[in-house]
Amino acid sequence: MTTDREIVIGTRATAAELESRRRSRVLMKGNEAIAEAAIQAGCDAYFGYPITPQAELLEWMARRMPELGRVFVQAESELGAINMALGAAATGARVMVSSSSPGISLMAEAMSYMAGSGTPMVLVNIMRAGPGLGGIGPSQSDYFQATKGHGHGDYRVPVLAPASIGEATELVATAFELAENYRTPVMLVADGILGQAMEPVELRFRTPERHTFDWALTGAAGRPARVVKSIDLVPEVLEARNLALQHKYREIARREVRWEGWQLDDAEFAIVAYGTAARVARSAIAQARQKGIRVGLFRPITLWPFPDRELARLSGRLHGILTVELSSGQMVEDVRLAVEGRCPVAFHGRMGGLVPTPDEVRGALKALRARVERTRSAEHHAHVPAPPRPHGHDAGERFETDFPAHSNARRGGRR
Amino acid sequence: MTLHPLTSPRARSADATARLIYRKPDVLTDRSTHYCPGCGHGVVHRLIAEVLTELDLPAHTIAVAPVGCAVFAYDYLNVDFVEAPHGRAPAVATGIRRVRPEAFVLTYQGDGDLAAIGTAEIVHAAARGERITAIFVNNGIYGMTGGQMAPTTLLGQRTTSSPNGRDAALMGYPIRITEMLAQLEGVTYAARGSIGDVSLIGKLKVMIKRACQVQIEGGGFSIVEALSNCPVGWGMTPQQSLDQLRGPVVDAYPLGVIVDRGSGTSALPEVGLGCPAPANPEA
Repeated sequence: MTTDREIVIGTRATAAELESRRRSRVLMKGNEAIAEAAIQAGCDAYFGYPITPQAELLEWMARRMPELGRVFVQAESELGAINMALGAAATGARVMVSSSSPGISLMAEAMSYMAGSGTPMVLVNIMRAGPGLGGIGPSQSDYFQATKGHGHGDYRVPVLAPASIGEATELVATAFELAENYRTPVMLVADGILGQAMEPVELRFRTPERHTFDWALTGAAGRPARVVKSIDLVPEVLEARNLALQHKYREIARREVRWEGWQLDDAEFAIVAYGTAARVARSAIAQARQKGIRVGLFRPITLWPFPDRELARLSGRLHGILTVELSSGQMVEDVRLAVEGRCPVAFHGRMGGLVPTPDEVRGALKALRARVERTRSAEHHAHVPAPPRPHGHDAGERFETDFPAHSNARRGGRR
Repeated sequence: MTLHPLTSPRARSADATARLIYRKPDVLTDRSTHYCPGCGHGVVHRLIAEVLTELDLPAHTIAVAPVGCAVFAYDYLNVDFVEAPHGRAPAVATGIRRVRPEAFVLTYQGDGDLAAIGTAEIVHAAARGERITAIFVNNGIYGMTGGQMAPTTLLGQRTTSSPNGRDAALMGYPIRITEMLAQLEGVTYAARGSIGDVSLIGKLKVMIKRACQVQIEGGGFSIVEALSNCPVGWGMTPQQSLDQLRGPVVDAYPLGVIVDRGSGTSALPEVGLGCPAPANPEA
């Protein structure tokens, strides 16, 4: 464990400043806080390539790592960066790489190799809007990419999603622990807002314990040579490797699920959201509660493993769930798989670098509640005609993207 | 079993004065290779094994295996190995080098790996002057996948993906990437040798040794291109492929030390540039 005395922010801080910082909160940019958290977690080497909105992370590392006698390399591409990480990590070093969405696509190849060869590494994705070059605004449109596999082959990686800069600094250390304990790459995903906003951060840095690895490449002095590889051309042997991987993933799913609930005790409705969307949801929940809607927040912190059992248990006593994302609706698929129809699941999202406002979310919540009430009332009076829709379209109706306009149009077209 | 020189009758008769003059380096494993009959990879493996042994490096070596025919190099060289994705070996080696300054870092790549898909990685590792040694086996073809055209394939050469021969108008020209790399200031040593005959193999070994010494002495990037044959991919007998290697291949890829920016060069024997003109019975 690191002592507080080892915590140093920047180069120009005096001892007195450090002492005061140790006790108080400091204003830090998300990207820089993540970078410093990695340094405090004992990151030996960082490899990166410039891309917005994560460039500050690279820049922080460019200044700090050489100061500490550690490794910083600006690579020729994201391919170069992640493969440098592969090489360094194969020797047992604690390694981090960061990028943003288009760069992560390039890194997918090596992620697959690292998953296959059991190479620990932490990859930070400060997500921006896509597809393609897209834009540089905040987004959560890489959920599928992060949780369903970036590269080829049957593999998973743990995905951590902080909702604040402070939490991000804590999860960086967790990411290194997961990576080394399970010999796997780990992703930490945040959107451009978390990366670029500044907020007061409590210094909750942590240095995970160091282990000696019996697989690390250090030169075969006095021991048999070691190989870090993913290839196996004998199908039976390769299947055995795959089975071992799947066993590992089940262990991770059993032990490492993380989520946070807020105001769920008396909740009839829940918003499921992560990252920045969860913060918007909290504001919306506070407003909605003032209007008498009993709603709480279910916030996955691990996107994989997804807290499916926990959500399933909760959904049994809910009237409805609203999923809010900065995407067209990706996590909502996992929400529906977990809920298995126990209650209606609605979705509200914005794309292109836009963030839903609390008012929008509250509107979507109202629409969901209205839908649930209609259904319940229809069930209650099963043999009488369902009552007319209450007052045409209320403000929230247009956010009820469960039945978006375009899908109605498609149905109409078939008629 | 390899025939030991001492089993020859003459050696046996000289029993009293028998001495061991040649043996398989321990770093070379006893496994039979998966390489095709007549393939040059085995020769290059052997040279690397000899050089590593002579320089006392095996216990300090971390090597990077490519994607291609040499993907199983770790089965034959008994040192720590990491497998790189196709073309990425120089980046992987960079990562190793930076966190393990004490290690001897070696990459082994073919021409599809290094001169096609991995051009960015090799160029920038060289430009950074990474203290790594790259062994580049150029046989002008993608052997592992069945003999497709590589960027190094000769003009007119038939492959499974250039069935009518490589046509410059459609497929461009062979790439002399070692000369390209030699332009970069980060490159301390760049040379091209060949496995074409015994004399050339001896010279190739000197090049590989020099490239390794550059790294040990703290120089920058070093690379040795080894021209090799691919009898199966070229559609030739091993003998024909060696004739091809000593003829048209060397015409396109001249042998010699391309650059040696290291100090102490003069202490080393002049190699390569003085190679005799190769016999070319086909021409």
